[in-house]
Amino acid sequence: MSTQPEKMVETVNIEVDGQAMEVPKNSMIIEATDKAGISIPRFCYHSKLSIAANCRMCLVDVEKAPKPMPACATPVMDGMKIYTQSRRAIDAQHGVMEFLLINHPLDCPICDQGGECELQDLAMGYGRSVSRFSERKRVVDDHDIGPLVQTDLTRCIQCTRCVRFLDEIAGTNELGMFGRGDRSEIGTSLSQGIDSELSGNVIDLCPVGALTNKPFRFSARPWELMARPSLAAHDGVGSSLWYHTRSQQVMRAVPRENESTNETWLADRDRYSHFGLASEDRVLEPMIKLDGEWQTLSWDEGIRAATKALRTTVTEHGGSQLGVLMSASASTEEYFLAQRLARGLDCPNIDHRLREQDFSDDTVRHPGAAFQSPMAAIDEANAILLVGSNIRHEAPILGQRVRKAWRAGAQVAAINPVDWNFHFSLAGEVIAAPQHLPAELAALAKAVAAVTGKEIPESLQSALGEQQPGEAHEAIAAMLNGDGNRMLILGQSALAHSHAAWLRRLSAWIAEATGAVLNMVPHGGNSTGAGMAGALPYVGPGGSDVEHGNNVRDMLSEPLKGYLLWDIEPDFDLANPALSAQALGAAETVVAVAAFASDGLKANADIILPLAPLAESEGLFYTVDGQSFAAKAAVRPAGQARPGWKILRRLGEALELDGFTQVDITALRDEMLAAIKATGPLAEDVQLAALPANGSGLYRLGDVAMYAVDGLCRRSEYLQNTSHAETDFVGLNADDAGSRGLVDGRDVKISQGAGSVTLPVRIFEELPAGAVWVKSATNAGIALGDSFGPISVEAV
Amino acid sequence: MKRIFEYLRSLMLLELLKGLSLTMRHMFRPNITIIYPEEKTPKSPRFRGLHALRRYPNGEERCIACKLCEAVCPALAITIDSTQREDGTRRTTRYDIDLFKCIYCGFCEESCPVDSIVLTDFLEYHMETREESILTKDKLLAIGDRFESKIAEARKKDAAYR
Repeated sequence: MSTQPEKMVETVNIEVDGQAMEVPKNSMIIEATDKAGISIPRFCYHSKLSIAANCRMCLVDVEKAPKPMPACATPVMDGMKIYTQSRRAIDAQHGVMEFLLINHPLDCPICDQGGECELQDLAMGYGRSVSRFSERKRVVDDHDIGPLVQTDLTRCIQCTRCVRFLDEIAGTNELGMFGRGDRSEIGTSLSQGIDSELSGNVIDLCPVGALTNKPFRFSARPWELMARPSLAAHDGVGSSLWYHTRSQQVMRAVPRENESTNETWLADRDRYSHFGLASEDRVLEPMIKLDGEWQTLSWDEGIRAATKALRTTVTEHGGSQLGVLMSASASTEEYFLAQRLARGLDCPNIDHRLREQDFSDDTVRHPGAAFQSPMAAIDEANAILLVGSNIRHEAPILGQRVRKAWRAGAQVAAINPVDWNFHFSLAGEVIAAPQHLPAELAALAKAVAAVTGKEIPESLQSALGEQQPGEAHEAIAAMLNGDGNRMLILGQSALAHSHAAWLRRLSAWIAEATGAVLNMVPHGGNSTGAGMAGALPYVGPGGSDVEHGNNVRDMLSEPLKGYLLWDIEPDFDLANPALSAQALGAAETVVAVAAFASDGLKANADIILPLAPLAESEGLFYTVDGQSFAAKAAVRPAGQARPGWKILRRLGEALELDGFTQVDITALRDEMLAAIKATGPLAEDVQLAALPANGSGLYRLGDVAMYAVDGLCRRSEYLQNTSHAETDFVGLNADDAGSRGLVDGRDVKISQGAGSVTLPVRIFEELPAGAVWVKSATNAGIALGDSFGPISVEAV
Repeated sequence: MKRIFEYLRSLMLLELLKGLSLTMRHMFRPNITIIYPEEKTPKSPRFRGLHALRRYPNGEERCIACKLCEAVCPALAITIDSTQREDGTRRTTRYDIDLFKCIYCGFCEESCPVDSIVLTDFLEYHMETREESILTKDKLLAIGDRFESKIAEARKKDAAYR
């Protein structure tokens, strides 16, 4: 990470309330006063949005100006004298407040914003105690804009923050201001509701109670809530947030400002996932399956049973017959202790890359941060190439940053298996079915070689194939070879690909040849921490040298005798649910530590220990760019659930292994940080098997639906009610469907290996020929095989 | 000299006579003792007795779950849970007052924007188990129904001073 050179900023001298200050030229008065801590009332101004100056609340007195000026829209000028507290300024603000309150209902007691309302707060300072308005107030009809945001449009004061947010940041233009004068009102413009993956932010932006949190509606008052700092672990962004809790229950989540990760925003996934905490599927007590019946145990009995099961597997079959599969969203302490436990039992098989299939470049894969540049560097990029990435859904906050860069003039291109509906337009685009992605990337490599004059190394030759670069490839190559900050973003469709190693290898060379940085968006909320702590079969903590074990794929395709599953639902969280059901079903022992138990987990596990999910637990989390944040429990764990590190510590102690004597998480964290600081060298290089020729058959595109990434999201009923959760379909290109006689909306049978499922067909123009879009981590996916792999489709 | 004078004065039993004169005076004044519970002293319309939740004349409960009473209660005697009722209005699902905690300050009544929670002039209540000290929403509404006419009358009398 390079430090940016200090930019020279031209400044001017102004005076605010007699206080002299030097501020950047062309900045607005309100920016200067905000920085100096002088408060000016405002509703429509927001530092992250464009200036609208339509609420007029921030009127201030400027010397020599004939009338009060809006502080948010008046640029500072040299020698300007501003009075925020003069009679004229105060009178103007009082007048504006009176106008705003004319049509605003005075029923704060039933408004959900009451107690945290900007209008209510400012009315205390600027409003009259008695209204002079005795005429009829206007009433505006509400719109149902989806399951997440509640409207109460009579309360709207037309600040247009929500409109500007959706136009500028979320890029969906879903809300607009209709009508004029006192008839103007907010309405949906393009669609019936708000579908944006960032829609929840309009709740925070709305200064009044016109847009409020629908699931939270009327359930608590802000003054009853305790704000507990935490973070979201559904993607690698690690968005900072506050959990607002009341009597040991998480009531809602709001963003916590953090410029290096989520800025002031929060993705809907992070905001609404906590409703899954109260799910009926929560594991609340240690359980054991005896004669097919689940029986609850005390913790002592549970630990004893788990210890015995693990010990028996290891003594009877050896440590190599045990496999440890971990969620990619666990805390770093959990990874650290789990790998210590596994390796203490002579078991080298530990992995967290559950949705990946191709591990052939393992020994050269850097186990740490997947981003080579900070996340914030996306904002400054001049050219971005997305490879197999639906970045809007994989990490909504990063998608927002790509849009920000695009708005600032960056060129964005994509080599994707679907023409995803991005909130930025693409300067260059190659849409190819998943099986053709490596060939397309190889063609780009050839174009890059041509434009840079660099030679493609010998090790990549076997992937190059016949395909010659087309115009699109050449344009992208030229874009990547341009000036400024350039970056490749390798998304989850690339990382979960059956030839992901080639995609990584080709991307790495393209990045190297053009001088771009290579950033990857791995699955899970703490894959960086998992890599650093050594929850990988090929490296230990800090990249230390260890005995190489089996990766997740091998652990399942060559079934082991025993498995330890960490916060996994094998029917949803693994790349190949059919294969995993087979392997787990054949195993002698499956010990699961889980927060949620799906039917699949209950069918396969023998012992389940209750794990406290992040909101109830503590731990260190690493973002994709390597920043670390310590999370603390927001509420007490439900039932008998316990934080993961405590469970592992007790298991380790009961198994009489070394290094499980920590009494608190601080001691554990210190020990862990010392161990992961060192980084061992990786192997020099590894030769990948040549790419097979592209078959003509159909290939499954099994990306994970945005709201199905983990057990918590899958159990948040509000997220599952959104349009993004509609995943029961088989997506096909019109030609592919036509040639097979398939009609939109009709059922079709899809099969992979022995498993098959019947789903309705949906024709997508966005899909290329040869791709069959069947989402992973869905009920339909349970019976199917590889999320990226051959698939057959037949009419029923 | 002064001591001798006071000694002689004490022999006259002046204090005793003073006290007896008071008793004597009261013997001829009207009697203020009442025979409780057959007779009761009059109460101010502002009297703060047992709590009640009121309804509108159409039977709809007044409480809108704004939680101001819960917030203002200095003894933390009020516990409210709220939710959205099927018709979309904001309502309580739980409204508990702990009579053991309550100090009868009347702040809840004062803070209520819809005159829902009120303190009646009813003071003759008792409880036989600890659990009875919690007035639930149902009990409070029942008390309100029972005393509604008296509550309304008291509010009317006091309206001019509010």
